[in-house]
Amino acid sequence: MKNSISPSVSRRSFLKTSALAGGGMLIGFNLFQACKPEVAPPVDISKLNFNDFNAFIKIADNGMVTIFSPNPEIGQGVKTSMPMLIAEELDVSWDNVHVAQGALDTKNFTRQVAGGSQSLRFGWEPLRQTGATARQMLINAAAAKWGVDASECKTENGVITNSNGETLGYGEVVKAAAALEVPENVVLKDPKDFKIIGKDIPNVDIDNILEGKSLYGMDYKEEGMVYASVLRPPAFGKKLVDFDDAATKAISGVYDVVKFGDKIAVLAKDTWTAMKGKNALKANWSTDSKLESTEEHDKLLTDLLNGKEFDTLRSDGDVKKAFAEADQVIERTYESPFLPHNCMEPMNFFADVTEEKVRLVGPIQTPAGTARWIAKELDRDPEDVSVEMTRMGGGFGRRLYGDFAMEAAQVSKIAKKPVKVVFSREDDMSAGIYRPAIKYKIGASIKEGKITGYHLKEASINSNMYGLIPNFFPAGAVENYQVDVAKYSSKITTGAWRAPYTNFLSFAEQSFFDELAEILEIDRIQLRLDLLQKVKGTTDDRIEYSPERLEKVIKVAVDKSGWGKEKEGVYQGFSAYYCHNTHVAEVADVVLENDIPVVKKVTCVVDCGIVVNPLGAKNQIEGGVIDGVGHAMYGDFSFKEGVPQDKNFDTYRLIRINETPVVETHFVESDIAPTGLGEPTLPPAGAAVANAIKAAKGIRIYKQPFIKNMNAKAPLG
Amino acid sequence: MPVYNLKINGQSHSVEADKDTPLLWVLRDHLDMVGTKYGCGVGQCGACTIHIDGTATRSCLLPVSTAQDMEITTIEGLSEDTIHPVQEAWKEIDVPQCGYCQAGQMMSAAAFLKENANPNKSEIRDAMSGNICRCASYNRIEKAVELAASKMS
Repeated sequence: MKNSISPSVSRRSFLKTSALAGGGMLIGFNLFQACKPEVAPPVDISKLNFNDFNAFIKIADNGMVTIFSPNPEIGQGVKTSMPMLIAEELDVSWDNVHVAQGALDTKNFTRQVAGGSQSLRFGWEPLRQTGATARQMLINAAAAKWGVDASECKTENGVITNSNGETLGYGEVVKAAAALEVPENVVLKDPKDFKIIGKDIPNVDIDNILEGKSLYGMDYKEEGMVYASVLRPPAFGKKLVDFDDAATKAISGVYDVVKFGDKIAVLAKDTWTAMKGKNALKANWSTDSKLESTEEHDKLLTDLLNGKEFDTLRSDGDVKKAFAEADQVIERTYESPFLPHNCMEPMNFFADVTEEKVRLVGPIQTPAGTARWIAKELDRDPEDVSVEMTRMGGGFGRRLYGDFAMEAAQVSKIAKKPVKVVFSREDDMSAGIYRPAIKYKIGASIKEGKITGYHLKEASINSNMYGLIPNFFPAGAVENYQVDVAKYSSKITTGAWRAPYTNFLSFAEQSFFDELAEILEIDRIQLRLDLLQKVKGTTDDRIEYSPERLEKVIKVAVDKSGWGKEKEGVYQGFSAYYCHNTHVAEVADVVLENDIPVVKKVTCVVDCGIVVNPLGAKNQIEGGVIDGVGHAMYGDFSFKEGVPQDKNFDTYRLIRINETPVVETHFVESDIAPTGLGEPTLPPAGAAVANAIKAAKGIRIYKQPFIKNMNAKAPLG
Repeated sequence: MPVYNLKINGQSHSVEADKDTPLLWVLRDHLDMVGTKYGCGVGQCGACTIHIDGTATRSCLLPVSTAQDMEITTIEGLSEDTIHPVQEAWKEIDVPQCGYCQAGQMMSAAAFLKENANPNKSEIRDAMSGNICRCASYNRIEKAVELAASKMS
């Protein structure tokens, strides 16, 4: 099975070293290339220059190590955890490591940002090899100086010791090391010798955050820059006819009004004046295409589910026959709304478009793709475009899309000024790239008390589940199994939202199994374990998950959550899921307060392989679970005649601290390479809560958000 | 355009701004104090929380004209060298994920603990419910407020 082996990363490290003029050594490596196994290695490493590298380790004469990481930091902690992998194998004390955000240079290299919770999974081998190679060069330099064999030397905390007990610090040999050939086939540490990996390492940006330092795109400014607020069409399907900007231009501090496409930008001396100027614009809009509403989508998706036009993503056995021969067929439909991302930092970007260059600065998950897109749109040589990344006030998928950077570039080009486009919260929520509304219909055929067939149908707006998902649980566990998808093309922009598709599919499937267990009068845990039993030893190499690892997290969750042990007034719900290469089981504890379900606690058991930074990992898990609970309970977003119905947090409800369960995290010990963690704890949370609400109130919920669809009065936040 | 004299973190500043400009934007765009964040502009998320005469206040709704002659404290001035017990607790618990909302969270916590030095969990949850953390670092915020309270007593 795929996830039981290490990811197939090329063993060759892409490294180059040089002596620094001011002393010390610089090691260049290509982080994106190292972390993306599908990228072909360059043929001749000696022909590379430093422009081909995007991440650097600097070892100073005093032994201090600086790791420049170009990775986008959206709160998932990779700016801390990825350098940890290098420092571990370099064998230096973490206290002597400084991590800096490297500037991004897109001129010489085509690169992509690792996404989908894959940074550590793919970085695991190459980043450690990078550190180990540097360490070996330092040893080789020391050995040459002593006239001993390198194999006689050991390292610890940045100090090399030979068999005579003589010592040299890394800083004392960096200059000589920089001139040496880059060794290959270096030996990596035995995991039992890890000193940094597996330790609690705090967020490397913590002091800057505590001090309120400038870190985010919102904070970025430079001399001569103006602020821009953009008026966009008020509905999906509307176009700009004309506008009157007299009132806007009368505002002191407004510099200019710029039309671009169907949008109008107001340029001003500060953000507030730009927003005020935008609000004073009087624009006329025409209807360009059908104005869509949630009610209509609801019907369209239902029609798709009940129709015949599907793409089949996976088909095992004969579902039709199994259903025809069944004693009983159980079918349930599950529904979810659109969702905005609502990053705390609204979208923004800086652009300075001149005849010489296109300089972009801001929060973006896909700097290279965005740079290429902007170069094309502005008809510029890609070499003219540079992107500098800031820390991001959340991503959740929204910052994969560079529409806001494009706007900044377009406005800067027309205005001939350095411009920062800033979205208001209202702009951010109404010019979204939303999680699409989706419906699932799940059917199971039952014969002699056994599940003989499983048929999953998806009807979604604009796009369907990606191709790996049909190979997640319960694929392989049911002989006759089929996944069909259909979509409706909408004007409303949709895209990836934390744990795309699985964020809702997991709710549907894990609710379905819970109900199936009730109907079949089988213990709900046993039903899942019985299904997993059938997958063990499978020869189907498409199956993504490991039945053994999923079984293990389920059993640990049963044990740790006190599952099945009656506790007065506490109702439990169970859920287990695999995605992003990680296996997770969750138990939600719900109590009723004035008959309203309140989630008190979620026990979360995770098998994500080796845990690189437990402190950061637990933060991701807690956040993922609460995010999952919050959006399942409260997340609701709709359209009327193309107009988003919520624009700010006064009507759009996000989970708050007083509604938050305590998350109790348990890791399954593992010596397998690390897997995803930013996303996989979110999907199971919704079903765990829904199943607990069923236990508490006897009501089964098929539609998100729960608070609206169980006819209960919402507790006030 | 009128000129306003503001007392921020113990220092006097004079700024020229429209009278309706929220203090948030004066801090961020005019005075380069960007620790105070914009999140919603309607007082619902708490990212812009500052102290006015010691009380937690949403700076996105406070016109600069009404902030004169008041003691304004922002995250930059909460302490020297981040030694406020709330900042120390935030660091020890390693609260932030993306970190964007945390200045507002810490300012709310600091003002709350001044009023209630020995809060129980339920009081902490109520007091902090005006601040949204989209990364949902809420469990750690709760723990950090408890730790800060113990440091202060």
